[in-house]
Amino acid sequence: MHALIDGVLTGSVYALMATGLTLIFGVMEIINVAQGILVILGAYFSYTLSTHFGIDLFLGLLITIPAMFVVGVVIERVFVARLKGPEKTAMSILVTYAIALVIEGSLNQIYSVNYQQLSAWYVNKSFELFGVYFPYIYVYGFLLAVGLLSALYVMLYRTRFGASIRASLADQAAAALVGIDVKRVSTICFGLGVAITGAGGMIYGATNTFNASSGADLISRLLTIIVLGGMGSLGGALVAGILMVTVEDIVGVVWSPIWSTMSFFIVLVVVLSLRPQGLFGKLSSRVA
Amino acid sequence: MKKWSNLWWLAGLVVALVLPLVMTNPAYRGIAVYTLLFTACATSWNMFSGYSGYVNLGAAVFYGTGAYSEDLLANHLNMSGGAALFWLVPLSGVVAMLIGIPVGLVALRVRRHTYVVITIAIFFVFQLAATNFGFTGGTAGLTIPFIPWMASYFDVPFYYVALAVLIFAILLSAGVRRSRFGLQLLAIRDDEDRALGLGVQVAAVKLTGYVMSGFVIGMCGAIYAMKQGQIYPQFVFDPLFDITVALMCFFGGFGTLVGPIIGGVVLESAQQYLTVTYSSGGSLYLIIFGALFLLVILFMPRGIVVYVKDWWGRRQSRIESSQTAATAGVAS
Amino acid sequence: MTTLLSASNVSRAFGGVQALNGCSLEVRRGSITGLIGPNGSGKTTLFNVMTGYVKPDAGSVTFEGQNITGARPNKVFELGVGRTFQLTRIFARMTVLENMLVATQREESWLRGLTRSKSSPRELEAAMEWLNFVGLAHLAKLEAGSLSYGQRKLLELAYVLVANPDVILLDEPAGGVNLTLINVIAEKIQALNEQGKTFLVVEHNMEFVMKICHQVTVMHQGTDLVTGTPGEVRTNPAVLDAYLGGGDETDEELEELANG
Ligand SMILES: Nc1ncnc2c1ncn2[C@@H]1O[C@H](COP(=O)(O)OP(=O)(O)OP(=O)(O)O)[C@@H](O)[C@H]1O
Ligand SMILES: [Mg+2]
Repeated sequence: MHALIDGVLTGSVYALMATGLTLIFGVMEIINVAQGILVILGAYFSYTLSTHFGIDLFLGLLITIPAMFVVGVVIERVFVARLKGPEKTAMSILVTYAIALVIEGSLNQIYSVNYQQLSAWYVNKSFELFGVYFPYIYVYGFLLAVGLLSALYVMLYRTRFGASIRASLADQAAAALVGIDVKRVSTICFGLGVAITGAGGMIYGATNTFNASSGADLISRLLTIIVLGGMGSLGGALVAGILMVTVEDIVGVVWSPIWSTMSFFIVLVVVLSLRPQGLFGKLSSRVA
Repeated sequence: MKKWSNLWWLAGLVVALVLPLVMTNPAYRGIAVYTLLFTACATSWNMFSGYSGYVNLGAAVFYGTGAYSEDLLANHLNMSGGAALFWLVPLSGVVAMLIGIPVGLVALRVRRHTYVVITIAIFFVFQLAATNFGFTGGTAGLTIPFIPWMASYFDVPFYYVALAVLIFAILLSAGVRRSRFGLQLLAIRDDEDRALGLGVQVAAVKLTGYVMSGFVIGMCGAIYAMKQGQIYPQFVFDPLFDITVALMCFFGGFGTLVGPIIGGVVLESAQQYLTVTYSSGGSLYLIIFGALFLLVILFMPRGIVVYVKDWWGRRQSRIESSQTAATAGVAS
Repeated sequence: MTTLLSASNVSRAFGGVQALNGCSLEVRRGSITGLIGPNGSGKTTLFNVMTGYVKPDAGSVTFEGQNITGARPNKVFELGVGRTFQLTRIFARMTVLENMLVATQREESWLRGLTRSKSSPRELEAAMEWLNFVGLAHLAKLEAGSLSYGQRKLLELAYVLVANPDVILLDEPAGGVNLTLINVIAEKIQALNEQGKTFLVVEHNMEFVMKICHQVTVMHQGTDLVTGTPGEVRTNPAVLDAYLGGGDETDEELEELANG
C-alpha cells in the first residue's frame, strides 16, 4: 500500500521531469542528458532563494521556472540548434553531456559537494495516510506535478501553438511545409522542457538530499522512463514514471533495497524485449 | 597518396615502439599505457558503432566484464603475480564477448535512438550488479595477485601488451572495413530495412560487430585490472568511460579508421595531463574538460579527420584552379 | 506458362484501414505483369506483403510452389524475389559502386562475409556491367546521396538486377521520371524480359503499362477487380468505375486509360 501511494506521488514527479525530456526528443530528436543536472540546478535555485532571500519554495518557483526557461533557450540557441546531419541524435547526447559536466563543475565550485536538502514546514511535518506517515511535501509536490502536467496538456491540445508543437512531434518536415516555424517551436520546446524541470527540481530537492553529482543518477532514471513509455510519447512518460517508482518500491519492500534500483532497469529490459517500441511508442512508420 | 599513408603508419609504429625507451619518467609511461588502452577501445568501439551507426553508450559493460574476469580468473586459478597473468587477457576478452551475446540480443532489437538509451540502462544494470553481488566483492572490489616488478620498470610490459592490443584493434578495424561484413555494417547504417531486403542478415551482422568490439574492449579492461592491482565497481563500470570513448571517435572522425586513433591519443593524453595538473580542484577539471569538448564538437562536428580532408581538398582544388588560371593566362 | 509468384486472398488492415481485402494475384514465369489501381488501392501494401516487409492478416504468398507467407525480407530476396521501392531507397553515404556490391551475393551466409573481401573480381565486373546497363558507370565512385532523383531510380533498378533475381517487383519505376528516361526504362525492362526475366510492375503511367505488360491486374479498395490483357482491361467498364469512384485520379490518366 505504502509502495503504491509513494509510487503515484513520487512517480508523478518523475513523470514531470521525464516529460520535459520526451517533449524535447519528440520534437527535435535531441536526447538531452543534461536534464538530470538541470533538475539539480533548479533545486539549487530554490535553495538559494529560500536560504538567502527567505522566499517560500513554491512562491520561489515563480522566479525559478522563468529562469530555467531562459537557461533552456540559451542552451538550445547556442549549442543544440547547431547540430545537424544523420548523427544528430548521438551528437546531442555528447553535447548535452558536456554541458552537464560544465554545470556540474560550476555547481560544485559554488555550493561545494556537501549534500543539501530544501526545508520548509511542509517538508518537516508529516500526516498519516492508511497508517503510513508522509511529509506534506509529497502531496503538494504531487498536486504541483499534476497541475503543471495538466497545464502542459491544455497548452498542447487547446492552443494554436500547441497544435504546431504536436505537428512537429508528428513530422518535422511536414510541419515545416505547412508553414510552421520549426526552429522557433524547437527553441520554445527546449525552453519549456527545461522550465518544467525547475519545478521538478524543487520537489526533488525537498524530498531528497542532493549535491551536483545527483544529476547522473537522475538522468539514468529519466531516460529509462522515457524509453519505457515510448520515446516521444507524453502519456507514456506519465504511466512509465508511476509504474517504475511503484515497482521499485514494491521490490524494495518485498526483497531488498539493493534489488529495487536494479528492478528499475530490469523492467525496462524485459519490456523492450517484448515490445521494442516501448509501452506507448509507435513503430517507425510504413515502408514505402 | 597510398605510399604516403603507408609511410605514416610505419612512422607511427616506430615511434610507438621506441617511446618507452626514450621516455623514462614512470608517470609519463603510465599516461602512455592509458592512452594506448583508450585508443584501442575507441578504435574497436568505432568498428561497430561508427560503421553501423548504432551508438553504444554502454561500452563499459565490456570493459568492466573484462576487468572482473581477469581478477576472478587469476584468483580462481591461484596464479601468482607476474607476466603469466597476461595470458588471461585474451581469455577475459572472450568472457566479455560471451557476456555481450545475450546483452546484444536484447539491446539490438531496438532501433537507433532507443538503442542508445537502452545501452545506458544496461550499463547501469551491470554497475549495480558489480556493486551488489557477492562474488564481485561488492564496493570493496577485487584484488589481483601482487606483481613484484620494480617501479621504474613496472609499466614497460604493460605498455607493449597494450600496444599489441591496439595494433590488433587497428588491423581488425581495417580488415572489417575491407570485408563484405564491413560493407554490410555500412549498409545497415544507411538504411537497415533496405539492407534486409537485399539479403543482409542484419540481426546476425549487428550482433557480430557488437561482440567483436566487446572482445577488444574486454581485453583492455583486463589489462587495466592487472595494472591497477585493485578494481572497484565504480571505476571499471564508469559512465565517463562510455562517454569518453564515444567522444574520442566523434572528435577524431566517426566511422573513419584513423579518427578514433587521433581522438584517443589526443584526448586521453590531454585528459590525463589535466587530471594531474588540476587534481586539487576536481570540479575545475570537469569544467575545462566539458568546455573543450563543446568547442570541438561545435567547430568540427564531423571530426578532425574529415575536417582536415576537406581543408586539404579545398587547398588542392585552389592550387589546381590557380595553376589552370596561370596556364590560361600564359596561353592567352 | 507456369505461375512463378502468386498471392491468394491476402488481407491486411492498418488500424481502421483495410489496405488489402482478400486480394489475389498471379505472376506467370517470363511475363511482364502490370498492377494498376487508384491511389491507396493497396498496390504497395501487396508488394510489402509479397516481399516480407508486412505480415498479412490472412491469405498466403507462394513463390515457385513454395509457401513464403510471412518470411523475412532477406529470406524472400535470397529465394529470388527482388524489388524496388516507390520512394526510392539507396544507401546514401556509400558510393554508387558500393551500393551495387551490397546486393551481389544473395545466397551467401553472413559468416562468409566475415572472411571475404568486399567484392570478388567477378562481382565487381557484374556490378560495373549493370551500372553500364543503366548508364551510371561513370558515376561509380560518387557518393550515392548526391545522385538526382531519376539516377537514384536507375541505381535501385541496377542493384536489384545485379543479384539476378528470378522475378522483380517494380513500384512505380516511371514515377517522377522524365519522358525520355521513361522510354529508356521501358526498353530495358523489355530487353531483360526477352532474356527471360519476370516482372511485376506497379505504375500510374497508363501508356507505359499498356505498352510493356502482357497481363494487367486492376486493384480497387484492396481487392483485385479485373485481370486480363491490356486490351481487355482498357475496355472493361468496371475499371473505369473504379477509377471514377476512387476520385483521385487525374483526368488525363482516365483519358489515357480509355484511349490506351
Ligand atoms: N504502415 C501503414 N500504416 C498505416 N496505414 C497504411 C500503412 N501502409 C499502407 N497503409 C494504408 O493502406 C492503404 C493502401 O496503401 P498503399 O500504399 O498500398 O496504396 P497504393 O495502391 O500503393 O497507393 P499509391 O498509388 O498512392 O502508391 C492506404 O490507405 C494507406 O494509408
Ligand atoms: Mg504505392
